[in-house]
Parts: sequence; structure tokens; C-alpha cells
Amino acid sequence: MDCQLDIFFLEAILNGLLLAGLLALLALGLNLIFGVIDVVWICYAELVMVGMYSINYAYKGGAPFLAAALIGVLLIALAGMVMHYLVIRPVLDSAPINQLLVTGGMLFVLQAGATMVFGIEFRNIGIRLGSYQLFDMSFAYSRIVTFAVAISAMVLLWQFLQRTYIGIAIRAIAQDRAIMPLMGVDQRRVYLVTSAIGGGLAGLAAALMVLQFDIYPQIGLQFGPLIFMICVLGGLGNMIGGFIAAFIISEFIAIGGSCFATEWGYAVAFLFFMVMIFIRPQGLFGGKS
Amino acid sequence: MKLSPSTIIGVAALLLLPVAVRFLFPDAEKYYLHLLIQILIWSFIYTGWSLMGRFGLTSLGHGAFTGIGAYVMVLLWNYAGITPWIGIPVAVVVAVIVALLVGYPCFHLRIVGHYFALLTLALTEFVRLVIVGLRDYTGGSLGTQPRRYADGISLYAIQFEPDRVLAYYIALALWAAGLYIWWRVDRSMDRYALDAASQDEDAAESVGINVTREKLKITAISAAMCAVGGAIYAQYQMFIVPDTIAGLSVSLNIVFAVIAGGMWVMLGPTVGAVFTQMLSEVLRVSIQGSTTMQAWFGQGALALDTMIYGLLLILFIIYMPKGILGTILEWRGKKSAPPPAPARKAEVIASRS
Repeated sequence: MDCQLDIFFLEAILNGLLLAGLLALLALGLNLIFGVIDVVWICYAELVMVGMYSINYAYKGGAPFLAAALIGVLLIALAGMVMHYLVIRPVLDSAPINQLLVTGGMLFVLQAGATMVFGIEFRNIGIRLGSYQLFDMSFAYSRIVTFAVAISAMVLLWQFLQRTYIGIAIRAIAQDRAIMPLMGVDQRRVYLVTSAIGGGLAGLAAALMVLQFDIYPQIGLQFGPLIFMICVLGGLGNMIGGFIAAFIISEFIAIGGSCFATEWGYAVAFLFFMVMIFIRPQGLFGGKS
Repeated sequence: MKLSPSTIIGVAALLLLPVAVRFLFPDAEKYYLHLLIQILIWSFIYTGWSLMGRFGLTSLGHGAFTGIGAYVMVLLWNYAGITPWIGIPVAVVVAVIVALLVGYPCFHLRIVGHYFALLTLALTEFVRLVIVGLRDYTGGSLGTQPRRYADGISLYAIQFEPDRVLAYYIALALWAAGLYIWWRVDRSMDRYALDAASQDEDAAESVGINVTREKLKITAISAAMCAVGGAIYAQYQMFIVPDTIAGLSVSLNIVFAVIAGGMWVMLGPTVGAVFTQMLSEVLRVSIQGSTTMQAWFGQGALALDTMIYGLLLILFIIYMPKGILGTILEWRGKKSAPPPAPARKAEVIASRS
């Protein structure tokens, strides 16, 4: 163990915080879908991966980055709707595990599809934002931007769910699936809109991730399991909880990665998750159910 | 067990299969035996999974148990010189302890459905990461090999890889043992208790079933089978990599194959193994033989089988949740023994409304 309480340790902690913003954003879309439709998109990170590829190609094809990012967001929002319509809707009434497994099938399809179409090479969008120096620490601007955008997206989504009619309908469905259709809310429409928002958030996360990471077909496997953990740990429908869970998990990874090898950071995070589920099955910050 | 004539013919055919392969494919004997061995070993693992899966305990964690089985045995052999005769039981004990450690709180707190799946998923990833993290011993994600003993065929080291016919019979015995375990469970009181618990836990508890204990029992058996399967797989391949024997993709492959074959019938997992292995093999051979596919997709063409896997998984769950064998048996059952008249009437009424 070569780990001291020096400035680099602080740097690792702060970089963990910046990573937490991204992970919280990733968990947010999944959390929304989980809470409202009661389906876990196992392939959520794979949708992000597809988004990263489309943004990469749109940008390389000549679109300005913001336009490329918008294309990515819209495309993945559409993909979310199509997936809900074709794959999730037919199994909405069957055992919960079937819903999980159809999206597991989507995981294979998206990953293999990306391998076939885009190849196995690592790709980079090639935008360098430089980094911010503070004492001896350095923070990549791409991470700072990611953090800021992720927080803003969370606040915006929160406002949307509080203020708009469809937002209130979404929250109502999440609270009581059975009664809302009787009160005149079109459940199918709410599900489609939720899927679109969830997909759009995946697209947004993709736009932020292309700035930081190389793109390859298996990148989803690196993030997917983490997002599920954060989602469950934070408690369903609890965005603040989601962010704190994201923070804890990313600190495990950042500190573990700086002191030991990266895998140990991840391994401890998974162990922590399992133990926490047993201690607090309702999530870290969920109320008693 | 009463043996029907078709069972006896089936057993004889399986025993004579290597002879048939030698006559039919003298040039590619090793290759065809390899396919059969793979199918049998994975069938055993799939059967172990479905012991739990059929009672609604859909675990994504069995990749952890196959990984533990393979790595514990190999590490004990490579670094301590402990024969697999001891190594495999130790691996099984480790897998069962892990299964109970995770299973007990799960069943006690009644963690089911999505949460159970996600929790077991975390277990799989945890075990894979530990294997990768211990790279000084396990070779990390590049994998490792069991140390070869003498010429590679040894009773002491349970090594048999060079002799494919021998390997076939070992795999066949393993597979048969798996079916026997399934058969025993199917006829036990535990099976009825677990059936009841999977329908309604409270009702099951109220008639005096200790649901937690029943679930733990089946989980332990299931984990032990997967550990043995993983160890034998390692001994046959003589090479293990985390990605092929531990981790999420292994878990998902197990689940998919079982769903494709049918998890509620004894031979369902076996049919699933035949189906998935043949599918990927046929696709691999046809892709390698096709220049157009290669020209279109290059290296990526090899991902086509995964893609078709995924599509089929989705289609199976939506349209054929009982799997291939389950659906076939259902059709045959309908043909040979039509349900009594009142039930039919109810069906007609239900389909009209």
C-alpha cells in the first residue's frame, strides 16, 4: 500500500467527487425508469455506449459538438421509446424477472451490434479541454464540465417532475400503479414519455462521457453494474440519495484506485453494496416501507 | 427409477456416441467430441442453475460459483500441490459458504425479484474483480493454466484433456449425476415446499414450511453443482480466463441457455446447452467460411452470434417463456391427452372475454 494523506490523496477524493456527478446522472435515468415502470434496464449502459458512438460520428462528420450532443440525446431518447414499445411492453404483465432478462437480451444485441458496425478499436473524439491547476493538483476541465452539467440536469428533471402535468403524472404512477389509470392518466403514454426521458438522460451522459473516455463496445460493462448499485443504494425515486450513493461508490473507486489497484476499489464497492442491502434493504436513505 | 425403453435406448446411444463419431467423422473426431464435451459440461452447470431458477430464484450470481470452483481448485493445485481430489471439495465448500453468506440474509429479508437479481449480479462482479485483483496468483484477466501433471492424463491430478474419449465419458458421467440430482430434488418434499414458497411465501410459512431453510438448501446444492462444473471445465480446457468462467457474461449465458431450453423440465437445460452451443458453432463456422460477412464486418463479424443470441433471448422470453423443450412437451401433452371438458369450456370463455 503506497497511500499517504498527502495532496494527491486529496486530489483523488476530489476527482471521486467529480466522477460522482457523472455516476449520479447515469443512475438518474435508470432510477426514473425503475421507479415508474418497475423495470430495470440491464442494458442502460449499453444505450449510453451507442449514444457515445453516435455523438462521435456526428462530431467527426462535421457537426459542432453541441449539435452532435443534441443528436445523441434525441437518438437515445428515441431508442428508449422504441425499446420500451417493442421489448418491454409485451412482458409488462409477466414475472418481474422476465423484464430484467429481455433487457439482458438487449445488452447482447447492442454490444454485439456495436462490435459489428463500429469494430473493436478504441475510439476517441479528440476534444481536449485541458485541465485546471490548483496547488499541485490537476482537474480535467472535462470532468468539471461533466459535474456541472450532471447537477444541472438533475435540478431540471426535478423541476420538471414537480411543475409539469406529465411530470406529476409520472410521480403519481410511481406511487400507485393501479389507481392512476382509473383517475384518467394514460399509463401507456406516461411509460413512453418516461422511457424517452430515461433514454435522453443516457444520451446526455454519453455526451459528457465522450469528453473523458475512449469509446469501445464493452464500455457498458464497466459502468453498468455500478449504476445498478447506486440506483438501489440511493433508494428508488430519491435523487439526493442517488447522488450520495454515487458519491460513496465513486470514492471507493477513486481512493481504492489511487491506493491499490482499480479492481480492488470496485470490489470493495460491490462488497459494500451487498452488505448495505442486508442492513438497509430499503436503500441508504429510503424511508421504512 | 423405472426405466422406459426409450430411456434405455437413449443411454445406450450416449454411451456409443464416441464410436459413432469415430466412424462418421474420422477426420474431425476430436472436434466433434469437443463439441459434445462442452455441451455436457455446460448442461451440468445449467441444470444446477435451474434447480434454483425453476422456483423463481433467478440468480445472476452463478458466474461467481463456476469461477470459485475453477480458480480455487487450480490455485490449490498450482501453488500448494494439492490434488483436485481435495481441491474440488474445498472449492465446493467455499462456493457453498459464499452462497449461504449471501443467501441467508437474502431469504431472511425476503429479497426477491429485481433486487435478488441485482444483488447476485453484484456478487458475480465481486468474485470476478477479486480474481482479477489477485493477478499475481490468478494471472488477472489474462487467465491461468492448471499445471500439467506428467503427460496430461492422470488420475491423481484428475487431468484427462489429451484423451477426448475419456473426457467424453467423464463429462457424460457428470451430466448424468446432474440429472440424478434434479430427479431426486423433483421427487422430494423440498420441491413441493419450494413450489409453494415461490407462489406465496406467507401462505407457505403459515402451513409450517421453513421457507428460508428450504431456499438455502436448494441454493447450496445449486452453488455446489456450479462449482464442480467450473472445476471440471477448467480441467478439460486446461486454461481459464475470468471472462469465460466467472463474471456477468457467464451468468447471463447460463440464464439464456436455460430459458431457451426450458427450466421447468429435467432435460430443458440440456436442450438449452445443445441449442446454444450448436448455434454459436454453426454461426462461427459459417461466418469464417463467408467472405462477404468478413468483408462487411471484418473482425466484428464474430459478434454476430452474440447478436443473434440476444435477439433470440428476447423472442424466447416474449413468445416462448417455457423454452424449446417445455413448449414441445406442452404440445405433445395437449395432443395425447386433451384436458377434461370443463377446463376447455373455461378456456373458451376466457378467450372470448
